[in-house]
Amino acid sequence: MPDENPKRDKFLTFISLSFLLCFLWYADNHFSNYTLRILNNIAIFIILAVSYNLINGITGQFSLEPNAFLAVGAYTSAIFTLSPEEKLRSFIIEPMAWPLSEISLSFPASLVVAGVVTAFMALLMAIPVFRVRGDYLAIVTLGFGEVIQVVANNIVSVTNGPLGIKGLAPHTNIWWSWGICIFTVLCVVRLVNSSYGRAMKAVREDETAAMAMGINAFRIKTLAFTFSAFFEGVAGGLLAHLITTISPSLFTFLLTFNLLIIIVVGGLGSTTGAIISAVLITWGGEALRLVEEPISVLGFEYEGIPGMRMVLFSLILIFVMLFARSGLMGRNEFRWAILINWLKRRKTSEAKNQ
Amino acid sequence: MDLSFATQQVIYGLTLGCLYGLLAIGYTMVYGVLRLINFAHGDLLMVSAYVAFFGIIIFSLPWPVAFLGAAIFTAVIGILIDRGAYKPIRKSPRISALITAIGVSFLLENLALVLIGGRPKSFPIPTLFNGSLSIGELKVPVLSLWILSLTLVLLVIVIGIVHKTRIGMAMRALSRDIETVSLMGIDENRVISFTFALGSILAAFGGVMWCMRYPAVEPFMGVIPGLKAFVAAVLGGIGNVTGAAIGGLILGLAEVLIVAIQPDWSGYRDAIAFCIMIVILLTRPRGIMGENLPD
Repeated sequence: MPDENPKRDKFLTFISLSFLLCFLWYADNHFSNYTLRILNNIAIFIILAVSYNLINGITGQFSLEPNAFLAVGAYTSAIFTLSPEEKLRSFIIEPMAWPLSEISLSFPASLVVAGVVTAFMALLMAIPVFRVRGDYLAIVTLGFGEVIQVVANNIVSVTNGPLGIKGLAPHTNIWWSWGICIFTVLCVVRLVNSSYGRAMKAVREDETAAMAMGINAFRIKTLAFTFSAFFEGVAGGLLAHLITTISPSLFTFLLTFNLLIIIVVGGLGSTTGAIISAVLITWGGEALRLVEEPISVLGFEYEGIPGMRMVLFSLILIFVMLFARSGLMGRNEFRWAILINWLKRRKTSEAKNQ
Repeated sequence: MDLSFATQQVIYGLTLGCLYGLLAIGYTMVYGVLRLINFAHGDLLMVSAYVAFFGIIIFSLPWPVAFLGAAIFTAVIGILIDRGAYKPIRKSPRISALITAIGVSFLLENLALVLIGGRPKSFPIPTLFNGSLSIGELKVPVLSLWILSLTLVLLVIVIGIVHKTRIGMAMRALSRDIETVSLMGIDENRVISFTFALGSILAAFGGVMWCMRYPAVEPFMGVIPGLKAFVAAVLGGIGNVTGAAIGGLILGLAEVLIVAIQPDWSGYRDAIAFCIMIVILLTRPRGIMGENLPD
């Protein structure tokens, strides 16, 4: 049995975080823009995967919201960081509605607003859905994802319609994205290990039994959903200021699908798994672009097929669900004690071999 | 708004509503038996549309053969989806089945994209379904009459099957309790396959009719209708076949009439179903006709 040692574990976590920060500092100064872009993407996807896993994996309520909440967060923060003059310039079809056109916030404040607005949207959806039947969450969130694109296209005086919002300042750098990423992971881990987190797992395993033990399932599910929505909204704000141009067509269901693959491959219900697989798949997704580009293998001309990547991804998803449902990590989490024990065991077995 | 315009819009609304209803029945039956939102159901609309399209264009089959072929092919696909993707995980937590369903839906869409291409194809409409009847100022498209009567016939057949036949009885029994039913000597997989086949055939007819009404066949054409049809099923009371048809009609009418009354809102057309879903969950979560599910 691995022995827990809170003091040592905290120290080790602190050390490894410092290493991560050193690496980021090095990356920031030496890596190419393309690599930095991927690093930023990875951080944003970790935020998304960890918070998406909270509602899907830990609370066990199937939802399909990330693209919608990303859109809400991205638009909210974009609207608040633009200065009034910029708004006047870029809203050409219709000027921006009054109170919004005058407000301008700093980047961090806009991220908080983005998170709060998104969480509020989540609350509005959670109340009707969880009061009745959690099953419907999937369809309601899927519908919301479609509706949010329709709305973004139509309320021109707030979102600039199909033109989208262009020329955002590139505020998101490696420090913002990774800083918020670390903060999110710490928050989610704290939540999962709290009594609320245990209640979420209880609801996942058996809702009726959990309710019989005095857990208010409605409140727990709503909490998990709004909590993850907050961070998805913040991630949306980060994304908007990373790519600097947002339009309704950016936030399609494809995003949600990618995240679903991430949390399923990582192991539904494991935060560690979500992080590992967010890194792997964001990275691997870049590499997999090859499939869609023309290549020649051993003299065979292979033409790239658009959409092939998605066919592969859906096959992977179905395959994992049917044959390897626990994914990479199952429901296990990373613990220092496990790592140390593993190292110790290896040492002793090496000593025996000699 | 004068009377003939209103009647005209009601006819359009009913036509659309019937198409939603045909899809919704499939959703409601599968949900009733397995408690599974079969996300791939909407995509069966696309499958049948493509089969009918290729049947007529490439193999130059007469349309009744092509349509029937589309129905049979879609039914087979429906059964295969169940056997391949849902059956192996029937005993595992419900979230796995939902994730697999999303995977299957995405697979169908993107497979169509890879194999056929994303360019919308215009569906050849047989002359029998073309044109319209003029009654006074009213212009009733012949297709609308076909859709209305076909839906009615199919609905009567499905209700007959569910309530009057042995396999229908088995379906109703499964929606109560799968385990006990299989202990009674009923092959539950056969009944589930039958449910999928029946739902898929309805979706296939819906698909063929859909692309004669809106003649563009493309890989993602089933997504939005599928979503709305599920809302229709919830609106009518999930598990309830008649309810699904009525829910479809209400949804279709609401969409057409709201846009007819307020043309400014035409952009929000796709949002109407979503709002209805939220309102229904808040006010009457068991649907208009009542759910047909035990807890």
